[in-house]
Amino acid sequence: MSHTYEAMWEKLNLDLDAHAGLLQVLGKFYGDIYLSQTGRLRGMEYLDFVLSEVHGLRIKELQDAKAQGRKVIGTFCVFVPEEIVLAADAIQVGLCAGAEIGKDAAEKILPRNTCALIKSFVGFKLSRLCPYLESCDLVVGETTCDGKKKAYEIFVDYAPLYVMEIPQMKNACDRDLWRGEVIRFKEKIEELTGNTIAAAKLSQSIRVVNDRRRALQRLNRLRAAVPAPISGRDVLLVNQISFYDDPVRFTENIHKLCDEIEERVNAKQGIAPEGTPRLMLSGCPMAVPNWKLPFVVESSGAVIVGEESCIGTRNTRDLVDENGPSFEAMIDALADRYMRIDCACFTPNAERLDNVVSMAKELQVNGVIHYGLSFCHPYAIEAFKVDKALKEAGVPMLSIETDYSMEDVEQLKTRVEAFVEMIR
Amino acid sequence: MGSSAMCTAGIDIGSRSIELVVMENGSRVHQVKTATTFDPVGQCRKIMEGVRADQIVATGYGRKLFAEAFSNLNILTITEIQGYALGATRLFPGVRTVLDIGGQDTKAIALDPHGKVSRFEMNDRCAAGTGKFLEFMATALQVPIESFGVFALQADRRIQISSMCTVFAESEATSLMARGERPENIAMGLHMAIVQRTLSMLRRVGVEQPVLFAGGVAHNACVKQLLEEQLNTPVLVPQEPDMLGALGAAVYGSRTATGTD
Repeated sequence: MSHTYEAMWEKLNLDLDAHAGLLQVLGKFYGDIYLSQTGRLRGMEYLDFVLSEVHGLRIKELQDAKAQGRKVIGTFCVFVPEEIVLAADAIQVGLCAGAEIGKDAAEKILPRNTCALIKSFVGFKLSRLCPYLESCDLVVGETTCDGKKKAYEIFVDYAPLYVMEIPQMKNACDRDLWRGEVIRFKEKIEELTGNTIAAAKLSQSIRVVNDRRRALQRLNRLRAAVPAPISGRDVLLVNQISFYDDPVRFTENIHKLCDEIEERVNAKQGIAPEGTPRLMLSGCPMAVPNWKLPFVVESSGAVIVGEESCIGTRNTRDLVDENGPSFEAMIDALADRYMRIDCACFTPNAERLDNVVSMAKELQVNGVIHYGLSFCHPYAIEAFKVDKALKEAGVPMLSIETDYSMEDVEQLKTRVEAFVEMIR
Repeated sequence: MGSSAMCTAGIDIGSRSIELVVMENGSRVHQVKTATTFDPVGQCRKIMEGVRADQIVATGYGRKLFAEAFSNLNILTITEIQGYALGATRLFPGVRTVLDIGGQDTKAIALDPHGKVSRFEMNDRCAAGTGKFLEFMATALQVPIESFGVFALQADRRIQISSMCTVFAESEATSLMARGERPENIAMGLHMAIVQRTLSMLRRVGVEQPVLFAGGVAHNACVKQLLEEQLNTPVLVPQEPDMLGALGAAVYGSRTATGTD
């Protein structure tokens, strides 16, 4: 794609040489981890295409939209209500935070013991490697953890930033605070776009985002079949792409993929034979191109059948009520839906324990791998309670803590393989 | 196979050494140990020379490398965790906890009453508190690694070394030396640091008795003694603690070949 888009990247002020290097590594990585799979669904071709154009065609679409006066809003977290953004005729994209490439640059301004995800988005900005970030008219941060909170104070010097306050408990006053934040965000987006959000527009965008969630819910229902009809890697990719592809087009293509999976399920065909150990991932998000652990797991004789994560069911499980009779009622419905997110930033967070256990049961998993990014305290500490809840339910759990570097892959393989041997 | 003896080989390719165990009809008939060096495949080739086995099973961090290099031999692979569990149960039926401290890994394994792995803990990429750490520290104190444990047991005072990291521990040891501390006491402090780290891993899997200590570091008398003190229970050490993984791999091979798995 390089020749066609070079002028665009230059205009976005990317570091062209380093960016070419990034695309090359990404392509190689993708080939090894994705294209090498056998028995892949035809419907994944759409996702292969979208990913191959991740910094190309999709960025061009964003530039074209911007030329027509639309605004681009970048986010790092599933708390940012996309419904509001779409209702103001703007575009929301999840930002690059899954690669190690800008680490050295990030460590110049952040402590080394900061989680890989934070280092990644700061690193992408400082090394001018993410065309999404460079396309943004506004980047929306949120106060989910101390690391992000404080990093945004530094990041604001480099990008147009707006921060939403996420409550940390779920009492009535917290819900009030959050509803206020949704309104404050709506006002910010209206001001940025110059568009006033009308009830009809909001109602329509609630439907669009719900439709995407429904498509992903359908995918999750279908992939729960025995034998598993699609690899965990592929479902992770679908979830990752859901953050930056056009929502309507994406939904349409995921339904096509689901139709094909349905045929497979009816024919009792699997991506791995029946009896292959079924594992679920639980914990921190895996942003593009963080495919390390799923690859290790699926190269160890197991298949992943669920992602209890922000780039997984935490983002798709709950719908927004579509029957709000008024604008105010729709804002209420939005606030309520987002307050149901069971992020480890909440205390207490018993919903997550219940959700993990019921998912593990529904998906008939043999075990759960808890995935924590190094220095992510909310998930690292919560892992203890997740383990306890799963143990009571008779489900073994392996806790993995890692980052985006490849230096611990061999140790990870040994641990994951030993876990698979143990549960087999 | 037919009427001839059933022969299986287990090979454990670790970061520091490679061990081979050959079993015939369930008993050990041959074993050998060699250094891993920078050419593990070459070393494997050497010790595999003349070895005939119906089933070869590889374990240890080099298991995949070995299986690829000898792909014509239909090699099976198991992790060290499985290897040590099988080896331990073979030598000491009913053993419930296995601690393996090798060249760059430490593993604590809990076994159920049937010898099946029920839980395990393993250090991550950092080799603090493993054989490598001891080797490094023995060199720093100019004591041969083989006698480092005995040397430490001559301590007349227990001083605490709080750093687990090889680099920091060395500077801590150096400043202790500069203050005139006896090297035996420093050695003891370093051993205590290893044992402390190991204990937290053991406690996470739960320490059920009997406890078996294996891997190359199990040769070290000081680590064994400190473990027994801290756990307040005798700790079993097999005669050749570094052969346990290879033995377990060979046991796995015979189970698979005879279908008794």
